[in-house]
Amino acid sequence: MTREEIIEKGQVVYKKPTLLNDTPMHYCPGCSHGVVHKLVSEVIEEMGMTDKTIAISPVGCAVFAYKYIDVDWQEAAHGRAPALASATKRLWPDRLVFTYQGDGDLACIGTAETIHALNRAENITIIFINNAIYGMTGGQMAPTTLLGMKTATCPYGREVSLHGYPLKITEIAASLEGTCYVTRQSVHTVAAINRAKRALRKAFEYSMQGKGSNLVEIVSTCNSGWKMTPEKANKWMEENMFEFYHLGDLKDKGAEK
Amino acid sequence: MADQEITLMKGNEAIAHAAIRCGCDGYFGYPITPQSEVLETLAAEKPWETTGMVVLQAESEVSSINMVYGGACTGKKVMTSSSSPGVSLMQEGISYMAGAELPALIVNVMRGGPGLGTIQPSQSDYFQACKGGGHGDYHLIVLAPASVQEMADFVDLAFTLAFRYRNPAMILADGAIGQMMEKVVLPPFKPRRTEEEIIKECPWATTGRVGMRKPNIITSLELRSEEMEIINNRIQDKYRKIEESEVRYEEFMLEDAEYAIVAFGSAARIAKKSIEVARAQGIKVGLLRPITLWPFPVKEVCKLAGQVKGILSLEINAGQMVEDIRLAVEGRIPVRHFGRLGGIIPDPDEVVDALKRLF
Amino acid sequence: MAKMKGATVVDTERCKGCNLCVVACPLDVLALTTKEVNRKGYNFAHEVLADTCTGCASCATVCPDGCITVYRLKTE
Repeated sequence: MTREEIIEKGQVVYKKPTLLNDTPMHYCPGCSHGVVHKLVSEVIEEMGMTDKTIAISPVGCAVFAYKYIDVDWQEAAHGRAPALASATKRLWPDRLVFTYQGDGDLACIGTAETIHALNRAENITIIFINNAIYGMTGGQMAPTTLLGMKTATCPYGREVSLHGYPLKITEIAASLEGTCYVTRQSVHTVAAINRAKRALRKAFEYSMQGKGSNLVEIVSTCNSGWKMTPEKANKWMEENMFEFYHLGDLKDKGAEK
Repeated sequence: MADQEITLMKGNEAIAHAAIRCGCDGYFGYPITPQSEVLETLAAEKPWETTGMVVLQAESEVSSINMVYGGACTGKKVMTSSSSPGVSLMQEGISYMAGAELPALIVNVMRGGPGLGTIQPSQSDYFQACKGGGHGDYHLIVLAPASVQEMADFVDLAFTLAFRYRNPAMILADGAIGQMMEKVVLPPFKPRRTEEEIIKECPWATTGRVGMRKPNIITSLELRSEEMEIINNRIQDKYRKIEESEVRYEEFMLEDAEYAIVAFGSAARIAKKSIEVARAQGIKVGLLRPITLWPFPVKEVCKLAGQVKGILSLEINAGQMVEDIRLAVEGRIPVRHFGRLGGIIPDPDEVVDALKRLF
Repeated sequence: MAKMKGATVVDTERCKGCNLCVVACPLDVLALTTKEVNRKGYNFAHEVLADTCTGCASCATVCPDGCITVYRLKTE
C-alpha cells in the first residue's frame, strides 16, 4: 500500500480546524499559543457556535489572536478583557463570550478586572495562558515567574526579598463564590491536549448554561523567553512549573447535583 | 406642550431618566461625588425590568470605561458617568474607543482638581475633554449643558452624534449642574433597538458572525506604519467633518454688545446675570455660550472679534477655554480670563468688576 | 489481522520547524530536514519512515501551527 493510496482511500483523522484560518501565526516555533488556538477553534466549531461567539483578545503575545480564529473579536486594552467580556455577555446573553489572556495581562495589570468579573459570576470563560514570563515585550518577569527563574528584569533569578512570590491566581479564582469551573491544564502531550480540550468545552458549556464564570489556566511554555528549544521547554515545564502550578480541576460547581 | 409632564429633579437624576427614555442599552459606572446620583437613580428605577437596559456597578472607573468599550464594540448604546478623578482613570479606555471609532457616551460631572481636589464644582477638565485627554491624536464630541433640562436633552443628542460619526461623545457638566434641582421636561420614551436593528445599523459591530458573515474585528492596533497613517488620516477627516457640521452655541444680547463674555455650563448662567448687572451700569456686554466645546465655535468667536472691543472668558478654572478663544481671535482684540478656583462659583458682581478692571 | 496504515501530509510552508511533532511521534516517522528549508528559512518536518505510520495523529495534535493532516486506512 502506497502513501498516495492511504491518502486517497483513507479517512482524515486530523486536520487543522477550519475556524483557524490560513494566516500564518506570528508565534515563535513551538509556542503553546498555537495549540490552544487550535483547541478553541475546534470547540467553537463542535459546539456550533461560530455565528454566536464574541471573543476578546488581550495585550501580549496573543494580541493578534483575532487574525487567526475566524470569529468576532474585540481587542482590549492591557488587562481589561474581563471588563469588555462582562458588558458584552450582559448585553448579548445568548452569545458565547470568552477572553484569551496571558499572565501579565490577567494576573498583573488586570488582576482587579479578572477577580471582579469572576466573582460577579459573569457567564463567561477566561482562558489564561501562564508561561511565567512576558513574551511579547521580550521576556521580562511576570507575576507568575517562579522563584529562581531568570528573566530580563530578574536576570539573577527571581528572589523573594526583591520581587516577592509568584502568584497563584487560579487558586484565588477557585476560592471565589462567583466561579463555576476553575481548572489548570497544559498542552505539552497528546493526553494533556485532549484533557485541555475537554476542559475548554466544559467551561464554554457552563457559560452558556448560565452557571457562572469559568477560568481555564493553561500552563504553557515560552521557549524563546526561556531560551530553550521547544522540546526542552516542555521538559523544563514538567520539572519546574507543575511542581508549583498543580494540574487538574480546582473546582467544578457545574458537576455538583 | 400641554401634555408634557414637568418634574423637579437634579441634573444627575435627569441624566439617568433620559438614558432610560432614549433607549440606552447599558450603563456601567462607579460611585464618585458629585455624580453618584446617576447610578443611584438607575439602580432605583430598575430599567432592566422595563426597557431591558443593563445597569452595572463596576469595580473601578477603569473597568466601567472598558465595559463601555466592550458594549460599544457590539453596537449597543452604552454609557458611563463619573467625576474628574474618575474620568482621569478612564482616559486609557477613552483613547482606545476613539482609536477603534466606537460610539459611546461619557458624562463628566466635574469637580475641582488637581489630584483629589475638592468635591465642589469646577470646569477645570476643559483641556482634558477637548484636547484629547488620553494618548494619541483624537477628539471627543463634547457637549456642555447649562441647565438640568439640557442634562436631559443632551443624552439623546450625544448618542445621536456618537453613532452618526462612530466617535465617543462626552457631556461635560459640573457639580453645580449635576446637583442643582430644576424644572425639567423629560424626553419621550424611545424603545431600545432590537438586536436585528443593531445588526443592520451597525454592520461593523462584534455581534457574533450572524448569517456566517465574515468576522468583525474591533481594534485600535495597526503595526504597519503606512496603514496606521491611513487610519489616522481617515479619523482626522472625520473630525474636520464634525467641525464643519456640528458646532452648537447660544447667543445672548450680542446685537449691540461692545464687549462679549464667552462662557459655558454653569459659568454661562452667571454670565447672564452679570450682563444684566453690567448693562444697568451702562456697559454693553453680551454672551456667546459654546454648547459644543469640541467642535469649538471658532467661526462665531472670530466674527465677534470684528464687532466687540474685547472678550472675557469666564470659566470656573484657571483659564483653559481662553486659549481656544485667543486662537479664534488671532490677536485682533484683547481676550482676558476671569475665573475662581477651589470649587468657588464666581459672583456676578466680581465678573462685572473683572470686566471693568481687565478692559 | 486488521492493521492501521497512516500517512501524514505536512504543510511545509506553514511549518516552523519546532520539532515537537518529531518528538511526539512514537514510531519515528517524522524528522526535520537537515539541509532543505522553506521560504521562511525553516527546516521543516517530513516523513522519513512513511511505511511505519499508523495514523495515530500525535504529531498533528501537538503541532502548534496546524501544519499536519493525517490520513488512516484499515488494511487486512
